[in-house]
Amino acid sequence: MKKIGFIIVCLSGALLLYATQDFPRWGDPNSPANTHVSPRYIQKTLEETDVPNAVTSILADYRGYDTMFETTVIFAAGMSCLILLRVFKRKEEDRYYRHISTGVTLRVKGEKTIPEKSKEFERIDTIWTPYDLIIKTVSRFLVPFIQLFALYVLAHGHESPGGGFQGGVIFGASFIILAIAFDLRTALRRFKEKTDGLLAALGVFIYAGIGALCLLLGGNFLNYKELARIFPFNKIEARAYGILGIETGVFIAVMAVMVCIYVNIVSEGRHDEGL
Amino acid sequence: MEALIHHVVGKYNYWLYIILMMIGLYAMIAKNNLIKKLVGMNIFQTAIILFYVSIGCKKGATIPIIEEHAGMGEHAIRVADYINPLPHVLMLTAIVVSVSTFGVALALAVKIYQQYKTLEEDEILMRLREK
Repeated sequence: MKKIGFIIVCLSGALLLYATQDFPRWGDPNSPANTHVSPRYIQKTLEETDVPNAVTSILADYRGYDTMFETTVIFAAGMSCLILLRVFKRKEEDRYYRHISTGVTLRVKGEKTIPEKSKEFERIDTIWTPYDLIIKTVSRFLVPFIQLFALYVLAHGHESPGGGFQGGVIFGASFIILAIAFDLRTALRRFKEKTDGLLAALGVFIYAGIGALCLLLGGNFLNYKELARIFPFNKIEARAYGILGIETGVFIAVMAVMVCIYVNIVSEGRHDEGL
Repeated sequence: MEALIHHVVGKYNYWLYIILMMIGLYAMIAKNNLIKKLVGMNIFQTAIILFYVSIGCKKGATIPIIEEHAGMGEHAIRVADYINPLPHVLMLTAIVVSVSTFGVALALAVKIYQQYKTLEEDEILMRLREK
């Protein structure tokens, strides 16, 4: 099997290498990809949408449908992770608690539990490594800055590289860092599972909702210039604000889905003990 | 010979992506462990993403963020000054989608592990035949 695979890979690779001689040279401004539709985007983006970053204006305006369904794909991926893995029945496993002042570990068998908010005992993972003070402190310091940076990346997507996808992933990473440095339960207390699911749906809803609002105002779906009828800005500004609106939707959906995927995979759907 | 060197130097980017793609494809076909197959799939995707991004490159051009003072006459927007934004847009969404589909693949791998207690392909096939 390995030999057959190797031969197949070599053959397809050789075929593709042979095909490169018809390709344009690297960095050729007159190559087919650089000549047909993209010059129009570069020339018209500032004039038509008031957004200097051509990547953002194409992503959210010229190719808005594409991005909307990409967001839907991400939402569907997050939900399928949840549906595949989530289990609600608690496994009949022993739980471990640590007495905070003395460091004595208790094993509680079966169904019995000590309340989560107990002042004297804290729940620990089955495979427990002592908390590292440096990692805990540094991550506690970093999380707000990571979140602030994510919001900056979102809000500055018009002027500099950035936007909803990038910002959303960074914001999701801030919750994942919390789950790694402390434990999964701490992160889930800060960001509940229900909130997570609702936010994922809300992101897609904001995106499609802005599109539908344009439809209700008499334009085409996702044609933001119609927003100028109800908001106090002109038709070109309306495009820029419409782009910001749907980028916010993408941001929320991507953030919620990243957290959802992480939480479900590390705890095998039990939301109990994680990495 | 000189023609070949000229060819390779002008198009070495494509050669690199094809080699990267071959590594990914080989891992997908030949590796026995499901996680290694998934990593191979990710390498393959990375090769395609790099390929698309390199298509949009223009020599001597900068990132596609139009300068504000550009407009009429002397400061008119020159297309050759900005790289092609279209492949960047397509790959921007593809990267995030590939992360979330990788998440789904890992979820399926977790399910397979719970069912068969192994991630080796031949052992899973053996267990399936036993039933």
